[in-house]
Amino acid sequence: MSSKTQESKMDKSEKKIRTIRVYVMGKSYDIPEGFTIMKAIEHAGYRYIRGAGCRAGFCGACATVYRKRDDYKLYTALACQTTAEEGMYLVQLPFVPANKKFYDLNLIKPTGTVMTSHYPEIARCVSCNTCAKACPQDLEVMDIIQASLRGDIEKAAQLSFDCLQCGLCTIRCPAEIAHYHVAQLDRRLYGKYILPRSKHLAETVKEVESGKYEKEMKKLTTMKLEELKTLYKNRDIETGD
Amino acid sequence: MKIPYYPGCTLKTTAKNFESSAIASAKQLGIEMEEMPRWNCCGTVYSLASDDLMHQIAPIRNLVRIQEAHGDKVVTLCAMCYNTLKQANLLVKKNPDKLNTLNLFMDDMEGYKGNVKVLHPLEIFRDEYSFEKIKEKIKKPLNRLKVVPYYGCLLTRPAEVAIDDAEEPIVLKKFMETLGAEVVNTPYKIECCGSYHTVNNRDVVAMRTYDIITSAAKMGGEAIVLSCPLCEFNLDARQKDVEKAHRDFKNMPVLYFTQLLAIALGLDESVCGFEQHYVDPRPLLKRKGLVR
Repeated sequence: MSSKTQESKMDKSEKKIRTIRVYVMGKSYDIPEGFTIMKAIEHAGYRYIRGAGCRAGFCGACATVYRKRDDYKLYTALACQTTAEEGMYLVQLPFVPANKKFYDLNLIKPTGTVMTSHYPEIARCVSCNTCAKACPQDLEVMDIIQASLRGDIEKAAQLSFDCLQCGLCTIRCPAEIAHYHVAQLDRRLYGKYILPRSKHLAETVKEVESGKYEKEMKKLTTMKLEELKTLYKNRDIETGD
Repeated sequence: MKIPYYPGCTLKTTAKNFESSAIASAKQLGIEMEEMPRWNCCGTVYSLASDDLMHQIAPIRNLVRIQEAHGDKVVTLCAMCYNTLKQANLLVKKNPDKLNTLNLFMDDMEGYKGNVKVLHPLEIFRDEYSFEKIKEKIKKPLNRLKVVPYYGCLLTRPAEVAIDDAEEPIVLKKFMETLGAEVVNTPYKIECCGSYHTVNNRDVVAMRTYDIITSAAKMGGEAIVLSCPLCEFNLDARQKDVEKAHRDFKNMPVLYFTQLLAIALGLDESVCGFEQHYVDPRPLLKRKGLVR
Protein backbone atom coordinates (compact mmCIF):
# COMPACT_ATOMS: atom_id res chain seq x y z
CA MET A 1 0.00 0.00 0.00
CA SER A 2 1.45 3.34 -1.01
CA SER A 3 1.80 6.06 1.57
CA LYS A 4 -0.56 8.24 -0.46
CA THR A 5 -3.51 5.84 -0.19
CA GLN A 6 -2.80 5.38 3.50
CA GLU A 7 -3.02 9.12 4.03
CA SER A 8 -6.26 9.50 2.12
CA LYS A 9 -7.78 6.65 4.14
CA MET A 10 -6.82 8.36 7.37
CA ASP A 11 -8.37 11.60 6.17
CA LYS A 12 -11.58 9.81 5.40
CA SER A 13 -11.88 8.18 8.82
CA GLU A 14 -10.95 11.40 10.60
CA LYS A 15 -13.61 13.27 8.71
CA LYS A 16 -16.19 10.65 9.71
CA ILE A 17 -15.81 11.18 13.45
CA ARG A 18 -17.19 14.54 14.38
CA THR A 19 -16.56 15.59 17.92
CA ILE A 20 -18.28 17.84 20.41
CA ARG A 21 -16.82 19.58 23.43
CA VAL A 22 -18.24 18.69 26.84
CA TYR A 23 -17.08 19.50 30.37
CA VAL A 24 -16.89 16.67 32.88
CA MET A 25 -16.64 18.06 36.40
CA GLY A 26 -15.24 21.25 34.96
CA LYS A 27 -12.59 19.76 32.66
CA SER A 28 -13.07 19.95 28.91
CA TYR A 29 -13.07 16.88 26.65
CA ASP A 30 -13.69 16.40 22.95
CA ILE A 31 -15.84 13.34 22.52
CA PRO A 32 -17.44 11.76 19.44
CA GLU A 33 -20.83 13.16 18.55
CA GLY A 34 -23.85 10.97 19.20
CA PHE A 35 -22.68 9.38 22.43
CA THR A 36 -24.95 9.16 25.43
CA ILE A 37 -23.88 11.16 28.50
CA MET A 38 -22.80 7.88 30.07
CA LYS A 39 -20.58 6.94 27.12
CA ALA A 40 -19.23 10.49 26.87
CA ILE A 41 -18.06 10.40 30.48
CA GLU A 42 -16.52 6.96 29.94
CA HIS A 43 -14.86 8.13 26.74
CA ALA A 44 -13.29 10.96 28.72
CA GLY A 45 -11.60 8.29 30.84
CA TYR A 46 -13.85 7.88 33.86
CA ARG A 47 -14.89 4.43 34.99
CA TYR A 48 -18.25 3.82 36.66
CA ILE A 49 -18.08 2.05 39.97
CA ARG A 50 -21.49 3.35 41.08
CA GLY A 51 -24.07 5.30 39.11
CA ALA A 52 -24.51 2.83 36.26
CA GLY A 53 -26.58 -0.31 35.92
CA CYS A 54 -28.65 -1.73 33.09
CA ARG A 55 -27.59 0.91 30.52
CA ALA A 56 -31.05 0.58 28.98
CA GLY A 57 -33.22 3.07 30.85
CA PHE A 58 -34.84 0.63 33.21
CA CYS A 59 -32.86 0.38 36.43
CA GLY A 60 -32.67 4.04 37.43
CA ALA A 61 -29.07 3.83 38.66
CA CYS A 62 -27.57 6.49 36.36
CA ALA A 63 -29.25 9.68 37.58
CA THR A 64 -27.32 12.60 36.16
CA VAL A 65 -27.43 16.39 36.29
CA TYR A 66 -26.16 18.82 33.69
CA ARG A 67 -26.31 22.34 32.42
CA LYS A 68 -26.10 23.68 28.89
CA ARG A 69 -24.07 26.67 27.83
CA ASP A 70 -25.96 29.98 28.23
CA ASP A 71 -28.96 28.27 29.82
CA TYR A 72 -29.86 28.86 33.48
CA LYS A 73 -31.80 25.59 33.79
CA LEU A 74 -30.37 22.69 35.74
CA TYR A 75 -31.31 19.60 33.76
CA THR A 76 -31.74 16.10 35.10
CA ALA A 77 -31.80 12.82 33.19
CA LEU A 78 -30.73 9.20 33.01
CA ALA A 79 -27.15 9.26 31.67
CA CYS A 80 -27.70 6.12 29.58
CA GLN A 81 -30.74 7.58 27.82
CA THR A 82 -29.65 11.11 26.99
CA THR A 83 -27.45 12.19 24.10
CA ALA A 84 -24.51 14.40 24.99
CA GLU A 85 -24.60 17.80 23.28
CA GLU A 86 -22.04 20.46 22.48
CA GLY A 87 -21.23 22.59 25.51
CA MET A 88 -22.77 20.39 28.18
CA TYR A 89 -21.51 20.57 31.75
CA LEU A 90 -21.69 17.04 33.11
CA VAL A 91 -21.39 15.22 36.41
CA GLN A 92 -22.68 11.84 37.46
CA LEU A 93 -24.52 11.15 40.73
CA PRO A 94 -23.22 7.97 42.32
CA PHE A 95 -26.08 7.68 44.83
CA VAL A 96 -29.03 9.61 46.31
CA PRO A 97 -29.23 9.39 50.09
CA ALA A 98 -32.82 9.02 51.38
CA ASN A 99 -34.45 7.52 54.43
CA LYS A 100 -36.85 4.64 53.94
CA LYS A 101 -39.25 3.90 56.75
CA PHE A 102 -39.28 0.46 58.28
CA TYR A 103 -42.73 -1.08 58.21
CA ASP A 104 -44.50 -4.42 58.17
CA LEU A 105 -47.08 -4.40 55.40
CA ASN A 106 -49.15 -6.94 57.31
CA LEU A 107 -49.53 -4.54 60.21
CA ILE A 108 -50.44 -1.35 58.36
CA LYS A 109 -53.60 -0.56 56.40
CA PRO A 110 -54.32 1.85 53.51
CA THR A 111 -56.00 4.43 55.76
CA GLY A 112 -56.27 8.17 55.11
CA THR A 113 -53.37 8.89 57.46
CA VAL A 114 -51.02 5.96 56.86
CA MET A 115 -48.84 7.97 54.46
CA THR A 116 -48.52 11.03 56.70
CA SER A 117 -47.77 8.89 59.74
CA HIS A 118 -44.90 7.12 57.94
CA TYR A 119 -43.62 10.11 55.99
CA PRO A 120 -44.86 13.22 57.87
CA GLU A 121 -42.52 15.40 55.80
CA ILE A 122 -44.91 15.11 52.82
CA ALA A 123 -46.97 17.76 54.64
CA ARG A 124 -44.08 20.16 53.90
CA CYS A 125 -44.81 20.00 50.15
CA VAL A 126 -45.33 23.55 48.86
CA SER A 127 -46.47 22.34 45.41
CA CYS A 128 -43.46 23.88 43.66
CA ASN A 129 -43.47 21.02 41.14
CA THR A 130 -39.66 20.87 41.04
CA CYS A 131 -39.88 17.08 41.50
CA ALA A 132 -41.99 16.62 38.37
CA LYS A 133 -39.66 18.86 36.37
CA ALA A 134 -36.72 16.70 37.48
CA CYS A 135 -38.33 13.35 36.66
CA PRO A 136 -36.67 11.59 33.66
CA GLN A 137 -39.80 9.42 33.36
CA ASP A 138 -42.04 12.50 33.02
CA LEU A 139 -44.16 11.43 35.98
CA GLU A 140 -46.42 13.89 37.79
CA VAL A 141 -44.39 13.48 40.97
CA MET A 142 -46.00 16.41 42.79
CA ASP A 143 -49.43 14.89 42.21
CA ILE A 144 -48.15 11.59 43.67
CA ILE A 145 -47.14 13.38 46.89
CA GLN A 146 -50.37 15.38 46.93
CA ALA A 147 -52.45 12.22 46.49
CA SER A 148 -50.47 10.56 49.31
CA LEU A 149 -51.09 13.58 51.50
CA ARG A 150 -54.84 13.23 51.14
CA GLY A 151 -54.78 9.45 51.56
CA ASP A 152 -55.58 8.66 47.92
CA ILE A 153 -53.26 5.64 47.76
CA GLU A 154 -54.81 4.23 44.61
CA LYS A 155 -54.16 7.40 42.65
CA ALA A 156 -50.62 7.73 44.00
CA ALA A 157 -49.86 4.11 43.11
CA GLN A 158 -51.19 4.49 39.58
CA LEU A 159 -49.39 7.77 38.95
CA SER A 160 -46.08 6.31 40.17
CA PHE A 161 -46.26 3.00 38.29
CA ASP A 162 -43.36 3.89 35.97
CA CYS A 163 -41.03 5.19 38.73
CA LEU A 164 -37.46 3.86 38.40
CA GLN A 165 -36.41 5.17 41.83
CA CYS A 166 -33.53 7.15 40.36
CA GLY A 167 -33.91 9.72 43.16
CA LEU A 168 -33.66 12.89 41.07
CA CYS A 169 -36.96 14.20 42.52
CA THR A 170 -35.62 13.58 45.99
CA ILE A 171 -32.37 15.42 45.46
CA ARG A 172 -34.17 18.47 44.01
CA CYS A 173 -37.01 18.77 46.55
CA PRO A 174 -36.92 21.91 48.73
CA ALA A 175 -39.14 20.13 51.28
CA GLU A 176 -36.63 17.25 51.55
CA ILE A 177 -39.22 14.61 50.69
CA ALA A 178 -38.06 11.15 49.53
CA HIS A 179 -40.74 10.82 46.86
CA TYR A 180 -39.70 7.47 45.54
CA HIS A 181 -39.86 5.79 48.95
CA VAL A 182 -43.24 7.41 49.59
CA ALA A 183 -44.52 6.17 46.22
CA GLN A 184 -43.17 2.69 46.91
CA LEU A 185 -45.22 2.49 50.10
CA ASP A 186 -48.25 3.68 48.10
CA ARG A 187 -47.76 0.92 45.54
CA ARG A 188 -47.16 -1.75 48.19
CA LEU A 189 -50.35 -0.82 50.03
CA TYR A 190 -52.21 -0.66 46.72
CA GLY A 191 -50.96 -4.09 45.70
CA LYS A 192 -51.69 -5.70 49.03
CA TYR A 193 -55.02 -4.15 49.98
CA ILE A 194 -56.68 -2.35 47.06
CA LEU A 195 -55.99 -4.30 43.85
CA PRO A 196 -58.44 -7.16 43.36
CA ARG A 197 -57.05 -10.59 44.22
CA SER A 198 -56.28 -12.91 41.33
CA LYS A 199 -58.51 -15.98 41.47
CA HIS A 200 -56.20 -17.95 39.19
CA LEU A 201 -53.25 -17.42 41.49
CA ALA A 202 -55.13 -18.72 44.50
CA GLU A 203 -56.30 -21.75 42.53
CA THR A 204 -52.81 -22.50 41.25
CA VAL A 205 -51.26 -22.15 44.70
CA LYS A 206 -53.84 -24.64 45.95
CA GLU A 207 -52.90 -27.02 43.14
CA VAL A 208 -49.20 -26.68 43.96
CA GLU A 209 -49.87 -27.33 47.63
CA SER A 210 -51.99 -30.37 46.84
CA GLY A 211 -48.99 -31.87 45.05
CA LYS A 212 -50.43 -31.77 41.56
CA TYR A 213 -47.11 -30.83 39.94
CA GLU A 214 -44.75 -32.88 42.08
CA LYS A 215 -44.56 -35.80 39.68
CA GLU A 216 -43.74 -33.53 36.74
CA MET A 217 -41.15 -31.59 38.76
CA LYS A 218 -39.43 -34.79 39.83
CA LYS A 219 -39.34 -35.93 36.22
CA LEU A 220 -37.70 -32.65 35.16
CA THR A 221 -35.18 -32.46 37.97
CA THR A 222 -33.96 -36.01 37.42
CA MET A 223 -33.87 -35.79 33.63
CA LYS A 224 -30.56 -36.08 31.76
CA LEU A 225 -29.17 -32.76 30.51
CA GLU A 226 -29.41 -33.73 26.82
CA GLU A 227 -33.04 -34.82 27.21
CA LEU A 228 -33.80 -31.58 29.03
CA LYS A 229 -32.19 -29.56 26.24
CA THR A 230 -34.25 -31.35 23.59
CA LEU A 231 -37.40 -30.78 25.61
CA TYR A 232 -36.54 -27.11 25.91
CA LYS A 233 -35.81 -26.74 22.20
CA ASN A 234 -39.10 -28.34 21.23
CA ARG A 235 -41.25 -26.45 23.71
CA ASP A 236 -44.34 -24.51 22.66
CA ILE A 237 -43.46 -20.88 22.10
CA GLU A 238 -46.10 -18.20 22.14
CA THR A 239 -45.99 -16.21 18.93
CA GLY A 240 -46.64 -12.50 18.79
CA ASP A 241 -50.12 -12.86 17.38
CA MET B 1 -75.51 26.46 38.34
CA LYS B 2 -72.22 24.65 38.02
CA ILE B 3 -69.21 25.67 40.10
CA PRO B 4 -65.70 24.19 40.36
CA TYR B 5 -65.09 22.70 43.78
CA TYR B 6 -61.74 22.62 45.57
CA PRO B 7 -61.86 19.89 48.26
CA GLY B 8 -58.60 20.02 50.25
CA CYS B 9 -57.13 17.05 52.10
CA THR B 10 -59.39 17.11 55.19
CA LEU B 11 -62.52 16.69 53.09
CA LYS B 12 -61.02 13.46 51.74
CA THR B 13 -60.05 12.05 55.15
CA THR B 14 -61.50 13.20 58.48
CA ALA B 15 -64.34 15.30 57.05
CA LYS B 16 -65.77 13.06 54.31
CA ASN B 17 -69.22 13.60 55.83
CA PHE B 18 -68.90 17.37 55.37
CA GLU B 19 -68.15 16.82 51.67
CA SER B 20 -70.89 14.28 51.00
CA SER B 21 -73.56 16.30 52.80
CA ALA B 22 -72.50 19.54 51.08
CA ILE B 23 -72.40 18.10 47.56
CA ALA B 24 -75.76 16.35 47.98
CA SER B 25 -77.48 19.41 49.48
CA ALA B 26 -76.07 21.79 46.88
CA LYS B 27 -77.24 19.44 44.13
CA GLN B 28 -80.72 19.42 45.66
CA LEU B 29 -80.67 23.22 45.43
CA GLY B 30 -79.56 23.06 41.80
CA ILE B 31 -75.93 23.93 42.48
CA GLU B 32 -73.52 21.42 41.00
CA MET B 33 -70.19 21.37 42.83
CA GLU B 34 -67.78 19.82 40.37
CA GLU B 35 -64.47 18.63 41.89
CA MET B 36 -61.40 20.01 40.12
CA PRO B 37 -59.74 17.17 38.17
CA ARG B 38 -56.33 18.21 39.47
CA TRP B 39 -55.57 20.01 42.74
CA ASN B 40 -52.89 20.23 45.38
CA CYS B 41 -52.68 21.23 49.03
CA CYS B 42 -54.07 24.74 49.68
CA GLY B 43 -50.94 25.68 51.62
CA THR B 44 -52.64 24.76 54.93
CA VAL B 45 -51.86 27.94 56.85
CA TYR B 46 -51.59 31.29 55.11
CA SER B 47 -48.00 32.44 55.49
CA LEU B 48 -47.79 35.85 57.14
CA ALA B 49 -44.08 36.34 56.43
CA SER B 50 -43.87 39.10 53.83
CA ASP B 51 -40.74 37.68 52.16
CA ASP B 52 -41.97 34.09 51.99
CA LEU B 53 -43.30 33.47 48.51
CA MET B 54 -42.54 29.75 48.59
CA HIS B 55 -45.69 29.12 50.64
CA GLN B 56 -47.87 31.07 48.20
CA ILE B 57 -47.11 28.68 45.35
CA ALA B 58 -49.57 26.01 46.46
CA PRO B 59 -52.67 28.24 46.73
CA ILE B 60 -51.87 30.17 43.54
CA ARG B 61 -51.23 26.96 41.59
CA ASN B 62 -54.77 25.84 42.47
CA LEU B 63 -56.17 29.14 41.22
CA VAL B 64 -54.24 28.75 37.95
CA ARG B 65 -55.87 25.33 37.50
CA ILE B 66 -59.27 27.05 37.72
CA GLN B 67 -58.12 29.72 35.27
CA GLU B 68 -56.82 27.04 32.87
CA ALA B 69 -60.28 25.45 32.84
CA HIS B 70 -61.73 28.91 31.98
CA GLY B 71 -63.33 29.24 35.42
CA ASP B 72 -63.70 32.53 37.24
CA LYS B 73 -64.65 31.20 40.67
CA VAL B 74 -64.09 28.26 42.98
CA VAL B 75 -65.97 27.05 46.02
CA THR B 76 -64.26 25.38 48.95
CA LEU B 77 -65.76 23.85 52.08
CA CYS B 78 -62.82 23.76 54.45
CA ALA B 79 -62.45 27.02 56.39
CA MET B 80 -58.66 26.66 56.38
CA CYS B 81 -58.53 26.20 52.59
CA TYR B 82 -60.98 29.05 52.11
CA ASN B 83 -58.88 31.38 54.24
CA THR B 84 -55.53 30.39 52.70
CA LEU B 85 -56.72 30.50 49.07
CA LYS B 86 -58.50 33.80 49.56
CA GLN B 87 -55.63 35.50 51.40
CA ALA B 88 -53.07 34.32 48.84
CA ASN B 89 -55.36 35.52 46.05
CA LEU B 90 -55.59 38.92 47.69
CA LEU B 91 -51.83 39.11 48.22
CA VAL B 92 -51.00 38.61 44.54
CA LYS B 93 -53.76 40.98 43.41
CA LYS B 94 -52.31 43.68 45.65
CA ASN B 95 -48.70 42.92 44.74
CA PRO B 96 -48.13 42.49 40.99
CA ASP B 97 -44.37 42.14 41.61
CA LYS B 98 -44.94 39.13 43.84
CA LEU B 99 -47.35 37.64 41.32
CA ASN B 100 -44.74 38.14 38.61
CA THR B 101 -42.10 36.29 40.65
CA LEU B 102 -44.52 33.44 41.30
CA ASN B 103 -45.45 33.24 37.62
CA LEU B 104 -41.79 33.21 36.61
CA PHE B 105 -41.17 30.38 39.03
CA MET B 106 -44.22 28.34 37.94
CA ASP B 107 -42.98 28.19 34.36
CA ASP B 108 -44.64 24.78 33.92
CA MET B 109 -48.07 26.36 33.55
CA GLU B 110 -49.72 29.58 32.39
CA GLY B 111 -49.31 32.66 34.55
CA TYR B 112 -52.02 33.59 37.04
CA LYS B 113 -53.99 36.68 36.07
CA GLY B 114 -55.68 37.20 39.43
CA ASN B 115 -59.26 36.87 38.22
CA VAL B 116 -60.50 33.82 40.13
CA LYS B 117 -62.92 34.43 42.98
CA VAL B 118 -62.71 32.20 46.06
CA LEU B 119 -66.09 31.45 47.64
CA HIS B 120 -67.42 29.66 50.69
CA PRO B 121 -70.75 27.81 50.36
CA LEU B 122 -72.26 30.01 53.05
CA GLU B 123 -71.55 33.01 50.82
CA ILE B 124 -73.13 31.28 47.83
CA PHE B 125 -76.20 30.24 49.81
CA ARG B 126 -76.58 33.71 51.34
CA ASP B 127 -75.53 36.07 48.53
CA GLU B 128 -76.01 34.24 45.23
CA TYR B 129 -78.81 31.83 46.06
CA SER B 130 -80.50 33.58 49.02
CA PHE B 131 -81.80 32.05 52.24
CA GLU B 132 -85.38 32.85 51.19
CA LYS B 133 -85.07 30.53 48.21
CA ILE B 134 -83.59 27.80 50.42
CA LYS B 135 -86.53 28.21 52.80
CA GLU B 136 -88.91 27.38 49.96
CA LYS B 137 -87.17 24.05 49.43
CA ILE B 138 -87.28 22.88 53.05
CA LYS B 139 -89.18 19.61 53.39
CA LYS B 140 -88.38 18.80 57.01
CA PRO B 141 -87.97 21.96 59.13
CA LEU B 142 -85.66 21.50 62.09
CA ASN B 143 -88.44 22.46 64.55
CA ARG B 144 -87.62 22.11 68.22
CA LEU B 145 -83.93 21.44 67.56
CA LYS B 146 -81.90 23.86 69.66
CA VAL B 147 -78.67 24.54 67.83
CA VAL B 148 -75.71 26.63 68.94
CA PRO B 149 -73.76 28.25 66.07
CA TYR B 150 -70.00 28.20 66.54
CA TYR B 151 -67.87 30.23 64.12
CA GLY B 152 -64.24 29.71 64.95
CA CYS B 153 -61.89 32.20 63.35
CA LEU B 154 -61.09 31.40 59.73
CA LEU B 155 -64.31 32.59 58.08
CA THR B 156 -64.33 35.92 59.87
CA ARG B 157 -60.67 36.93 60.16
CA PRO B 158 -58.92 38.93 58.83
CA ALA B 159 -61.51 41.49 57.69
CA GLU B 160 -60.32 41.48 54.03
CA VAL B 161 -61.41 37.88 53.56
CA ALA B 162 -64.21 37.68 56.14
CA ILE B 163 -67.68 36.52 55.15
CA ASP B 164 -69.17 38.07 58.28
CA ASP B 165 -68.45 40.30 61.28
CA ALA B 166 -65.56 39.02 63.40
CA GLU B 167 -67.07 39.90 66.79
CA GLU B 168 -70.76 39.39 66.15
CA PRO B 169 -71.22 37.02 63.21
CA ILE B 170 -74.79 36.06 62.29
CA VAL B 171 -74.55 34.02 59.08
CA LEU B 172 -74.93 30.61 60.77
CA LYS B 173 -77.73 31.96 62.98
CA LYS B 174 -79.66 33.20 59.94
CA PHE B 175 -78.94 29.99 58.10
CA MET B 176 -80.19 27.82 60.95
CA GLU B 177 -83.33 29.97 61.29
CA THR B 178 -83.87 29.41 57.57
CA LEU B 179 -83.85 25.68 58.25
CA GLY B 180 -86.42 26.18 61.01
CA ALA B 181 -84.14 25.47 63.97
CA GLU B 182 -84.25 27.23 67.29
CA VAL B 183 -80.99 29.15 67.58
CA VAL B 184 -79.25 29.44 70.94
CA ASN B 185 -76.49 31.98 71.43
CA THR B 186 -73.29 31.46 73.39
CA PRO B 187 -70.62 34.06 74.17
CA TYR B 188 -68.10 31.38 73.23
CA LYS B 189 -69.19 31.32 69.58
CA ILE B 190 -66.06 33.11 68.37
CA GLU B 191 -63.62 31.69 70.93
CA CYS B 192 -60.68 29.66 69.63
CA CYS B 193 -61.16 25.88 69.45
CA GLY B 194 -57.46 25.31 70.16
CA SER B 195 -56.64 24.82 66.49
CA TYR B 196 -53.45 22.86 65.79
CA HIS B 197 -52.65 22.49 69.48
CA THR B 198 -54.72 19.36 68.95
CA VAL B 199 -51.58 17.68 67.58
CA ASN B 200 -49.21 18.07 70.51
CA ASN B 201 -51.15 19.95 73.20
CA ARG B 202 -54.35 17.98 73.44
CA ASP B 203 -55.05 19.29 76.94
CA VAL B 204 -55.34 22.84 75.63
CA VAL B 205 -57.96 21.73 73.11
CA ALA B 206 -59.79 19.65 75.72
CA MET B 207 -59.96 22.75 77.93
CA ARG B 208 -61.39 24.86 75.10
CA THR B 209 -63.87 22.13 74.19
CA TYR B 210 -65.02 21.86 77.80
CA ASP B 211 -65.62 25.62 78.05
CA ILE B 212 -67.38 25.92 74.69
CA ILE B 213 -69.64 22.88 75.06
CA THR B 214 -70.47 23.59 78.70
CA SER B 215 -71.46 27.14 77.81
CA ALA B 216 -73.59 25.91 74.91
CA ALA B 217 -75.36 23.44 77.23
CA LYS B 218 -75.94 26.09 79.93
CA MET B 219 -77.64 28.31 77.36
CA GLY B 220 -79.99 25.43 76.57
CA GLY B 221 -78.37 24.20 73.37
CA GLU B 222 -78.63 20.60 72.21
CA ALA B 223 -76.09 20.55 69.38
CA ILE B 224 -73.24 22.68 68.06
CA VAL B 225 -73.41 23.70 64.39
CA LEU B 226 -70.26 24.85 62.62
CA SER B 227 -68.45 24.98 59.29
CA CYS B 228 -64.73 24.33 59.97
CA PRO B 229 -63.43 20.73 59.85
CA LEU B 230 -60.68 21.49 62.38
CA CYS B 231 -63.18 23.03 64.83
CA GLU B 232 -65.37 19.99 64.25
CA PHE B 233 -62.54 17.60 65.04
CA ASN B 234 -61.53 19.52 68.16
CA LEU B 235 -65.02 20.06 69.57
CA ASP B 236 -66.22 16.54 68.71
CA ALA B 237 -63.31 14.08 68.95
CA ARG B 238 -61.65 15.82 71.89
CA GLN B 239 -64.79 15.35 74.01
CA LYS B 240 -63.21 11.99 74.73
CA ASP B 241 -60.40 13.77 76.60
CA VAL B 242 -62.88 16.09 78.33
CA GLU B 243 -64.84 13.08 79.65
CA LYS B 244 -61.71 11.87 81.42
CA ALA B 245 -60.93 15.23 83.00
CA HIS B 246 -64.47 16.24 84.02
CA ARG B 247 -66.82 13.66 85.47
CA ASP B 248 -69.81 16.01 85.28
CA PHE B 249 -69.31 16.65 81.56
CA LYS B 250 -72.16 15.74 79.24
CA ASN B 251 -71.44 15.05 75.57
CA MET B 252 -72.98 17.23 72.91
CA PRO B 253 -73.22 16.39 69.18
CA VAL B 254 -71.29 18.65 66.82
CA LEU B 255 -72.68 19.02 63.30
CA TYR B 256 -71.73 20.64 60.02
CA PHE B 257 -74.26 23.15 58.71
CA THR B 258 -74.47 21.07 55.54
CA GLN B 259 -75.58 17.97 57.46
CA LEU B 260 -78.51 19.88 58.92
CA LEU B 261 -79.24 21.36 55.49
CA ALA B 262 -79.34 17.87 53.99
CA ILE B 263 -81.78 16.70 56.67
CA ALA B 264 -83.97 19.80 56.25
CA LEU B 265 -84.04 19.30 52.47
CA GLY B 266 -85.36 15.80 53.09
CA LEU B 267 -82.27 13.98 51.79
CA ASP B 268 -81.39 10.49 52.93
CA GLU B 269 -79.33 10.57 56.11
CA SER B 270 -76.69 8.36 54.46
CA VAL B 271 -75.26 11.50 52.78
CA CYS B 272 -74.56 12.93 56.25
CA GLY B 273 -72.06 10.28 57.37
CA PHE B 274 -73.18 10.62 61.00
CA GLU B 275 -71.16 7.53 61.90
CA GLN B 276 -67.97 9.55 61.39
CA HIS B 277 -68.59 11.64 64.54
CA TYR B 278 -67.24 10.73 67.95
CA VAL B 279 -70.47 11.92 69.61
CA ASP B 280 -73.24 10.25 67.62
CA PRO B 281 -75.86 12.89 66.73
CA ARG B 282 -78.43 10.31 65.65
CA PRO B 283 -80.11 9.70 69.05
CA LEU B 284 -80.80 13.46 69.38
CA LEU B 285 -82.01 13.79 65.78
CA LYS B 286 -84.19 10.72 66.27
CA ARG B 287 -85.79 12.20 69.39
CA LYS B 288 -86.61 15.28 67.33
CA GLY B 289 -88.12 13.15 64.59
CA LEU B 290 -85.52 14.27 62.04
CA VAL B 291 -83.98 10.89 61.22
CA ARG B 292 -85.41 7.42 61.38
